[in-house]
Amino acid sequence: MELWYSEPHTKDVKFSIKVNKQLYSAQSEFQRIDVFESAEFGRFLTLDGYMMLTEKDEFIYHEMLVHVPMAVHPNAKHILVIGAGDGGILRELAHYDTIEHIDLVEIDAQVIEVCKQYLPQTACGFADSRVHIHIADGLKYVRHAENQYDLIIVDSTDPFGPGEGLFTKEFYGNCYSALKADGIMVNQHESPFYAEDRLAMQRAHKRIVESFPISRVYQAHIPTYPSGHWLFGFASKHYHPINDQQAERFKRLNIPTKYYNHQLHVGAFCLPNYVEELLADVEA
Amino acid sequence: MQQLVTMQHKAPLYEALMDFKKQRIVPFDVPGHKRGRGNPELAAFLGEHALAVDVNSMKPLDNLCHPVSVIKEAEEIAAQAFGAHAAFFMVGGTTSAVQAMVFSTTKQGDEIILPRNVHRSVLNALVLNGAIPVYVNPEANEELGIALGMSIAQLERAITEHPNAKAVFVNNPTYYGICSDLKGIVDVAHKAGMKVLADEAHGTHFYFGKNMPMTAMNAGADMAAVSMHKSGGSLTQSSFLLMGPDMNADYVRQVVNLTQTTSASYLLMASLDLSRRNLALNGHAIFEQVVDYTNYVRNELHTIGGYYVFGRDLINGDSVYDLDPTKLSIHTLNVGLAGIEVYDILRDDYDIQIEFGDLGNILAYLSVGDRERDIERLVGALADIKRRFERSKKGMLTQEYIEPLVAISPQQAFYAQKELVPLQAAVGRTCGEFVMCYPPGIPILGPGEVVTNAIVNYIAYAKEKGCQLTGTEDLHVEKLNVVKEGV
Repeated sequence: MELWYSEPHTKDVKFSIKVNKQLYSAQSEFQRIDVFESAEFGRFLTLDGYMMLTEKDEFIYHEMLVHVPMAVHPNAKHILVIGAGDGGILRELAHYDTIEHIDLVEIDAQVIEVCKQYLPQTACGFADSRVHIHIADGLKYVRHAENQYDLIIVDSTDPFGPGEGLFTKEFYGNCYSALKADGIMVNQHESPFYAEDRLAMQRAHKRIVESFPISRVYQAHIPTYPSGHWLFGFASKHYHPINDQQAERFKRLNIPTKYYNHQLHVGAFCLPNYVEELLADVEA
Repeated sequence: MQQLVTMQHKAPLYEALMDFKKQRIVPFDVPGHKRGRGNPELAAFLGEHALAVDVNSMKPLDNLCHPVSVIKEAEEIAAQAFGAHAAFFMVGGTTSAVQAMVFSTTKQGDEIILPRNVHRSVLNALVLNGAIPVYVNPEANEELGIALGMSIAQLERAITEHPNAKAVFVNNPTYYGICSDLKGIVDVAHKAGMKVLADEAHGTHFYFGKNMPMTAMNAGADMAAVSMHKSGGSLTQSSFLLMGPDMNADYVRQVVNLTQTTSASYLLMASLDLSRRNLALNGHAIFEQVVDYTNYVRNELHTIGGYYVFGRDLINGDSVYDLDPTKLSIHTLNVGLAGIEVYDILRDDYDIQIEFGDLGNILAYLSVGDRERDIERLVGALADIKRRFERSKKGMLTQEYIEPLVAISPQQAFYAQKELVPLQAAVGRTCGEFVMCYPPGIPILGPGEVVTNAIVNYIAYAKEKGCQLTGTEDLHVEKLNVVKEGV
């Protein structure tokens, strides 16, 4: 017998992982949640059938969303994390003693519970006393905050389904006003490769450029996401992602990373020509 | 009551269509696409299921022009659901239902009493049948810049001045959700021997929600046009015509058949049947949800500040007798933006399409199909718009009500010899066509009305603010068709 998990990456491309067994499957108020176990990628979580994380490659995604902005902002104390019910972002943030307060806003409480139970490697930062969990719609939550955060990390699902509102101008605009005068927002920015993802990526970039004075995009290689080539957004009111990088400070912190380092920080912002063109298309 | 509930579980037309589909009848009749096989592209676009039931009237599926079986039964169940004496499926939009109301109660030269803020379909009907409009001066809310409902005193005055009028036409509610004292209007009109026709294009849910404003049928009105496709969830262009006990429904059907297609779409009719069943069975819960959404947005926007969401505080016992609790009408002038500007910003910057924006207000249409996350997007966008654009409201104009001066009947004017003259030169002349302003779709000028300076200025201002002006022969609305003099 062979059991496979498959996700269509486009109408004509399918990505499959051989599964040993299914550990969990349920329909929450918002989405279908599944956890599988596989030989190649370890355990992995899918929402509505879309790959969210695998034990084998989640470090790439989480390190890149946390350490890039944290190595730029000289003094990030108040952090807002949106989405991220799997806890991977919290695990990486826990390395920074200087952080005083973390608000985590996840719409689906069941995702947190499932991750705590089945994905302990990732969901290990919830007990930190600085972490405050809010089960709420991210768009609504951020609307009520003003001049409050140094850093907002948007760890959203794809721009269809419950994560839809986190790719909109109203969301980015409200993030802008929730940030302090030198605040930074980073976000999951989709992939430039396949046509549908590319459109979502361009739309997100257009909306962010309209909302923030500094808006750059950086990349990483994530094997289990469509095309494996993934982008992140770095939007900022004041700090430049490269000119203001504090490489020495980051090195002194001695954070054990598997993907991120201070040189890769710079390299990640160097994008392929076709991606630069896609971004330039919507910047005008 | 038990029997009532059992009836509403049925959807006779829909069920007949499903049975018909199972029989796999070989079609040697129209439509020529033959269950979609003759037009694969269309079948792929709309789905084979839809095209399989896009059929012609036939014995097992009845005939809308002369219903004797499943359509008749479906219409009877619908009548029961609406508390009407009779109900007709309409496939030409609520426009066709409005026409049927006007044609059934007035003929050439008859007067009909109506408020100015009627839908254009009413005035079009007058062009066709030659009835003469008597406008009831609507009261206005100066601050919001909108026309309100019909006040009883104004109606009584119109009736005294025009005692021979045949019918009174009333909106229940207006586009903005404002309801008149329908029961009072029916009493006054009936006492004067006039029929009452209600445009309930925006009032479907009054029949199915809990604690809703008075419905036309409940108030004793003689006819009502109900846009099932608006708040009721049926397909666009499908609608209901309702009749009270004093109407001869069989005569009304003859009137309807004067202009109605003989190839009524079964897709539209089945959507009426299914939507009626859904609302009859689940309406309370559905519209409770919509009202909750509206109240939620009202509270959120009032917390954000700047915006005013129409609410029960507007009720004054007469021209605002009641308010549609599902309607999300938002006054934007205090944010320093015209409604039409917010409407455009929402679409261009936020990918949110709302129903309309006029000079001072926007209307977001909430219904059975809304989701919480979309409601959050709307609130989030309005908050962001306020943050980005907020400015003083100085220099903002609100809508004014311009009282129409009717010189000749709409029909006479429309069919008269006319000439195109520049706007300014038209002042003082009798207009030969419609000038509509979208939003909000209320006529600025109708055929037979005198063009005034105030009207010409208003047209210029509306153009400048980005309103869409329609109805005229000249698409740029620089010239106006006026009735030739001395012919």
